[in-house]
Amino acid sequence: MAVIYIDNVPYEVKAGKNLLEACLSLGFDLPYFCWHPAMGSVGACRQCAVKLFKDDQDTKGRLVMSCMESVRDNLYCSIEDTTAKAFRSQVIEWLMTNHPHDCAVCDEGGSCHLQDMTVMTGHAYRRFNYKKRTYNNQYLGPLINHEMNRCIQCYRCVRFYKDYAGGKDLDVFAAHNNVYFGRATDGVLENEFSGNLAEVCPTGVFTDKTLKEHYTRKWDLTMAPSICQHCSLGCNIIAGERYGELRQITNRYNGDVNGYFICDRGRFGYEYVNSLNRIQHPLIRSHVPEAVNRETLFDHLKPLLSGKVIGVGSPRASLESNFALRQLVGENQFFSGVPETTAEMMEIILSVFNTGDVRIPSMKETEEADVVLILGEDLNNSAPRLALSVRQAVRNNPVEVANTINIPAWHDAALRELVQSEKGDCFIAYPVITKLDELASGTYYISPDEIARLGYAIANFLDPQASAVPDLQGNMQGHAVLIGNSLQKAKNPLIVTGVSLQNPSIIKAAAAIAAALGEGDRKAMLAVVVPDCNSMGLAMMNAPSILNSTALSTIGSPDTLIILENDLFSISQEAQISEILDRSTNIIVLDHLHNPTSARADIVIPVGTFSEADGTLVNNEGRAQAYFQVYMPKNENLRESWRWLSDLKNLRDGTTDANNVTPHDLIRQLADKMPQFTGADQAMPTADLRIKDQKIPREPHRYSGRTAMNANLDVSEPKPPSDPDTPLSFTMEGYKGLQPAPLNSFFWSPGWNSNQSVHKYQMEVGGALYGGNPGVRLFNHINPGDRSYMNGIPPRFKPDKENWEMLPLPHLFGSEALSSLSKGIAELSPQPYVAINSMDAESLNVDEGSILQVIIEGVQYELPVKIKPELPARTAGLPYNLQELTGIKWPAHGQLVKG
Amino acid sequence: MLRVTETEHVDFSSELLSKFGEIVKRYPEGKHKAALLPILHLVQAEYGWLSPASMERVAGYLDLKPIEVYEVATFYTMFFLRPQGKYVLEVCRTGPCCLVGAEKIMEHLENKLGVKEGEVTADGQFSWRGVECLAACGMGPVLQIGPEYTFHENLTSESVDQLLVDLKNKDLSI
Ligand code: SF4
Ligand code: SF4
Ligand code: FES
Repeated sequence: MAVIYIDNVPYEVKAGKNLLEACLSLGFDLPYFCWHPAMGSVGACRQCAVKLFKDDQDTKGRLVMSCMESVRDNLYCSIEDTTAKAFRSQVIEWLMTNHPHDCAVCDEGGSCHLQDMTVMTGHAYRRFNYKKRTYNNQYLGPLINHEMNRCIQCYRCVRFYKDYAGGKDLDVFAAHNNVYFGRATDGVLENEFSGNLAEVCPTGVFTDKTLKEHYTRKWDLTMAPSICQHCSLGCNIIAGERYGELRQITNRYNGDVNGYFICDRGRFGYEYVNSLNRIQHPLIRSHVPEAVNRETLFDHLKPLLSGKVIGVGSPRASLESNFALRQLVGENQFFSGVPETTAEMMEIILSVFNTGDVRIPSMKETEEADVVLILGEDLNNSAPRLALSVRQAVRNNPVEVANTINIPAWHDAALRELVQSEKGDCFIAYPVITKLDELASGTYYISPDEIARLGYAIANFLDPQASAVPDLQGNMQGHAVLIGNSLQKAKNPLIVTGVSLQNPSIIKAAAAIAAALGEGDRKAMLAVVVPDCNSMGLAMMNAPSILNSTALSTIGSPDTLIILENDLFSISQEAQISEILDRSTNIIVLDHLHNPTSARADIVIPVGTFSEADGTLVNNEGRAQAYFQVYMPKNENLRESWRWLSDLKNLRDGTTDANNVTPHDLIRQLADKMPQFTGADQAMPTADLRIKDQKIPREPHRYSGRTAMNANLDVSEPKPPSDPDTPLSFTMEGYKGLQPAPLNSFFWSPGWNSNQSVHKYQMEVGGALYGGNPGVRLFNHINPGDRSYMNGIPPRFKPDKENWEMLPLPHLFGSEALSSLSKGIAELSPQPYVAINSMDAESLNVDEGSILQVIIEGVQYELPVKIKPELPARTAGLPYNLQELTGIKWPAHGQLVKG
Repeated sequence: MLRVTETEHVDFSSELLSKFGEIVKRYPEGKHKAALLPILHLVQAEYGWLSPASMERVAGYLDLKPIEVYEVATFYTMFFLRPQGKYVLEVCRTGPCCLVGAEKIMEHLENKLGVKEGEVTADGQFSWRGVECLAACGMGPVLQIGPEYTFHENLTSESVDQLLVDLKNKDLSI
């Protein structure tokens, strides 16, 4: 701690920070542009100037950039000093000389850091009357809009894109008064995190192009805290609506999870909510017309619920909905709707986590690793935000030196100069090249079984008690020793693995390494990527997979099969799914969108997506996190799955709930029934939470048009919808102060309209939110001793030309079904292909682009060849889960025939 | 942003390439990007300007992305990103020179040569542009003439005319 004096008032602040961070943490409004809490300082924009004095006697002082000044004991400075103030307002006046002043038509307007800083510094009158320099804008793809004239040359965009996210195609050109930020030529931005430019750029140069399609100012959005639904990491987001349409996703800071950044799948994947393919009404197929009202639906449903009813849960439905289904059908009739191998892998993951042999890191903690080993994951495509964390982690080793020569951690310019291209160790074993390979000190392009064997060999090197791997290929032992040595020397090693390659042995091997690496408080970190946003939550409910052969014998021929938010035809072969569906007399599907499974249903019930429902999800690290309904849909049929299912239970039992059932009630009941969920109810606040007797508003107090926006339908203002389920209100009415962290509907503070206001919500800049970062970590219930994951070394991989090993290769865009329905994401998704190596192509006598017949269990696909020279022999990569390639039962083998 | 219109292929001579090789050797292994600036100077000396095609070739040579070369080439004003005349007249346009008539000199050049700033005369002999301070504020207006960078002070319309005549004659005398 250090005592500093700001305008002669002493404050105790944390040493090691810079003065700007310290001032902001203390609540001062000090303007800045180039500094970013996650990216540190470069001192480029000169906006954060303060007066610094030698001591308490010094009256003259000198101007310094607060972002470049280390906090130290007895530092005297002044924010209010007239010279400093004048300087700051002049800086902004210069920055604004070429600015187009087009706020009225700028998408940033109303959530613009430049507007806020201009007001803050008091620059209100334009004296510069000359011609402004203007630029041509570029086409940057369907997701990001470019409007270069608004640039104020803070350099944040390139610092984020190139330095932080490793992008290669955005840069800065020219100098002086003519600086240009863009690509060399028009074209789609290639980096997975390009959407963050919209938040990192303090002006309207980079903005969300999907928002433009249905533009709304931030102050006119109804917003709610939410959780990204598009992979297992559970990044925190804010979702905004107007006129019954979901319009924007922005990052919601969570210091333990996503911090300041999310990936493009998460930011731009929301448009399925507005899809024309949404199920709008309950449908009874045997009824004319099919679409019915609730009463008819219930009349029709009642008899179907009394016989033998089987429920199929979903890895993309909330805990509440899955639990409500389980309650309806009963524990033994509840199955999970995940592929068999995934279920097996999830079971292994849970048992590893439950042993407590490894440390399960939060995403923030993964950034603290100094050596990283990735076994069988292409993170940029399967868990994108984690790839960004790994990118930061490899800098930790070289940055260590900085401490010894007194370079503070926030001094980005100096650190980058010091580190240059030095990196800590990172090893990646995966069948094809991944984007992170450029960081890696070792890459191993090997088949899934060989990845597992490499893993086991490392474990055996670290802990000779672990079984040795027989029949190791060539120099594999050498690689294992190299990696093992590096991991052993590491202070904070991180092993990353996951289910993407559908190979259970990889998970076991990764766990064996992590367990061998450390014990007690030196446990090694094991991060695991799982498929969907609630895969972990569903797995923790311990229901067997519906596709499991023993499950099939249990279900026999049910009267009714209820399928919750799950397109079964996308997870396994059509024949297998049909076989299950055919067993049941009646099929009820609850889902958002029409899909092949709903097409087979006798009854279809429309349900709310994450924006029309509240719920709790458990992410890959076992963190339970709540998301909240954003708006009340006009269509009363779009209800939460859990509400429909609770109603169905009452319908069958002839009971009525005395009170409205809330998501919190459901989670509490869940935790009562299954102790592994103890604490999960803390993530979802009780519905009766009030602050100063008020609810928490979903709308900023400047929300406009409320009395008029529906005047075309009804001139009298309708009663606003109420929310009996959560402490949030659907209007701007409610508590205006700081919201509790899990209930941050939006970040706003007087004078801070943009997302930069997030520091007002943090206990210290870049630290935890007031009240702690949201989310509750489960997995405290340790069941030591079970080390069965140590066994099961697969035999050596043998290339087989009659039976190719098919490899599911995930893609950021295209591999996740819901986000693929967004227009821009669909445009950027790859075309189907089959990837093979050059030698195999030669032996099949095909070239890049030739058509191959790929036959998997009798199903034939015609796919163009993509040559990936690094692929192991006789393995063929298929883009995972593309719309045209769903319904494959993984892991898969097949034949390749020239056709 | 570059207006990359040029697609013509550039092949560096073996002589030029061996000079590149010398330069790359000066820097430690893996730091070959440091050779970019001197190599760009050599390319400009050879071709008179840096065409997108030549920059792409340099990128290929140094194993960089073309954008990394553009970034550097556009930063330095002494790299020409468009073809230039044989003689480039660079008039100081910073404050002190402007006070004593630099703008008039530039206007005069524009009329006399019949081309706008940055353009080349039809005979390929001349181009002109304004540049930042040439560090002779007491002798303004001043200009320098590349590629040899001869320096001329206390300019008037007449002395500029004379300069142009001298340059033309110089060419004839060769
Ligand atoms: S484009 Fe935006 S982020 Fe980049 S320098 Fe300009 S104002 Fe800063
Ligand atoms: S990393 Fe995953 S959870 Fe995070 S924004 Fe991207 S898709 Fe969503
Ligand atoms: S924020 Fe300090 S100089 Fe830019």
